[in-house]
Amino acid sequence: MLEIKNLTVNYGVITALHDVSLTIPRGSIVTLIGGNGAGKTTTLRAISGLLQPAGGSIHYAAENGRAEEITSVPAHQLVRRGLAHVPEGRMVFANLTVQENLQMGAYLQRDKALIRRELDYVFGVFPRLQEREKQIAGTLSGGEQQMLAIGRALMSQPKFLMLDEPSLGIAPLLVKTIFEKIVEINRAHGITILLVEQNANLALEISHFGYVLETGRVILQGAAAALRQNPQVRSAYLGGA
Amino acid sequence: MTEFLQQLINGLSLGAIYALIALGYTMVYGVLRFINFAHSDVFMIGAFAGFYSSRALPDASVAHGLTVLCIAMIACAILGIVIERLAYRPLRARSKLTVLITAIGVSLLLENLGQFIFGAAPKRFPQIFPEKNLTLAGGMTLSSSQIIVLVVTIVCLVSLRFIVMKTKIGTAMRAVSFNPIAASLVGINTDIVISFTFGLGSALAAAGGILYSMNYQAIDPLMGILPGLKAFVAAVLGGIGNIPGAALGGLLLGVIETFVNGSRWSTYTDAIAFAVLILILLFKPAGLLGQLEVEKV
Ligand SMILES: Nc1ncnc2c1ncn2[C@@H]1O[C@H](COP(=O)(O)OP(=O)(O)OP(=O)(O)O)[C@@H](O)[C@H]1O
Ligand SMILES: [Mg+2]
Repeated sequence: MLEIKNLTVNYGVITALHDVSLTIPRGSIVTLIGGNGAGKTTTLRAISGLLQPAGGSIHYAAENGRAEEITSVPAHQLVRRGLAHVPEGRMVFANLTVQENLQMGAYLQRDKALIRRELDYVFGVFPRLQEREKQIAGTLSGGEQQMLAIGRALMSQPKFLMLDEPSLGIAPLLVKTIFEKIVEINRAHGITILLVEQNANLALEISHFGYVLETGRVILQGAAAALRQNPQVRSAYLGGA
Repeated sequence: MTEFLQQLINGLSLGAIYALIALGYTMVYGVLRFINFAHSDVFMIGAFAGFYSSRALPDASVAHGLTVLCIAMIACAILGIVIERLAYRPLRARSKLTVLITAIGVSLLLENLGQFIFGAAPKRFPQIFPEKNLTLAGGMTLSSSQIIVLVVTIVCLVSLRFIVMKTKIGTAMRAVSFNPIAASLVGINTDIVISFTFGLGSALAAAGGILYSMNYQAIDPLMGILPGLKAFVAAVLGGIGNIPGAALGGLLLGVIETFVNGSRWSTYTDAIAFAVLILILLFKPAGLLGQLEVEKV
């Protein structure tokens, strides 16, 4: 579904990504793990068109058809093609209500009935959001904001969803719920997912494939189950043992 | 008491004009975090657009007045969009200071072009609405132009509130204002929203320009400078970026100015009005309705 080849991204003179290549098959959950500053967020931002890569290519195939190069397509045009990105730090519109945030998620959808259906679906996934429909998003708790950020992304009816550290700053119990929802979104709706996580254990548990990024390079890749057994991964990202 | 009410009405109708201009400053600041210094000249162009279009509609009537108003608003909306497209958008990635200096340049350009095309000498603004004075109980008088100022301003403010709070493009404006990156991630084309904001703000400035000219009757290419400055202060007073704040700030400034003007300190009107503002900002640095925000990088 997504094929990244030799992606290089610079911030001024700093090279944040060196020749990163990733393959994300349709219907899968793929996890990108790595320490602070490894380049995970940079990878997602380059895919969603927020950053202009210095080299390499990104190909995306929305339907089972020909892949299209999206390397320099601006972010707002990718939403129409079925890409959605839940950014690091959630970035909900804090000055808008929960309902308005979700409506903005469906910004490109003109069909009111479809928006309504999508809204019901999101409220089904996150009933808490329905209870807080009229609340200003800035006053939601961190966990609720994360649900809203994911819900907002779902409102665009994506085929490919990227999540940047959905567990950050959230109580363990809620993290478990959110991960269950991610699996549900993937299974029930066939939405392909690229997940960035510091919580490598949990992320690899629900993923099919994993990539390990270190200082802007892919240093390991493989089936999630295999990565979880890999001694290098275990010592660096899974808390030893 | 009558004297007080009379001054209050005079103050509100002056303040309404500041409010209309202030809204443009604040909305553009909201989406781009910069002060569009050329905005006061859009106000001036609005007055001249009214001046020239009224030649085609010579006799004063409500229908003609409204037509002139609409023509000026549309002309300025287009002008505002063009200014943003040609002067500011190419500099979007540059520092705020670069854009700010460009805005001052655009302002000077419009003023000089105005002097070149319209002539530097003041022109008499024609009567576009029928003129009549209404005497209320207690000897208070309300001129028809004051009524028009108040009615037009109220209609503009209510429509603006509807657009910003209830429509999709208005919600998108608020979304872009809060976080343009998140806005583009939901599919909002921020360029279109920014153009729309410039158009809307410039149309309101044009309405302000017409209403101002109806009351002061003389227009010239530098007429925007002082009202523009005051409207900018009004926007800061209300909390820059905050739409109801700009309206409130404008009205307040107009009222303060009118009362000082009617007192024995009238020579120092502007000084006293600004001193009051400085005092308010000392106690509420983010403005009356504004919230302090950490400068985003
Ligand atoms: N806007 C920027 N300007 C300059 N350097 C940046 C910028 N954004 C990120 N970097 C640098 O690029 C590198 C990769 O950053 P990135 O945010 O992609 O890391 P990450 O893997 O997401 O880390 P974390 O887990 O802490 O979120 C870091 O060294 C960071 O300092
Ligand atoms: Mg990150």
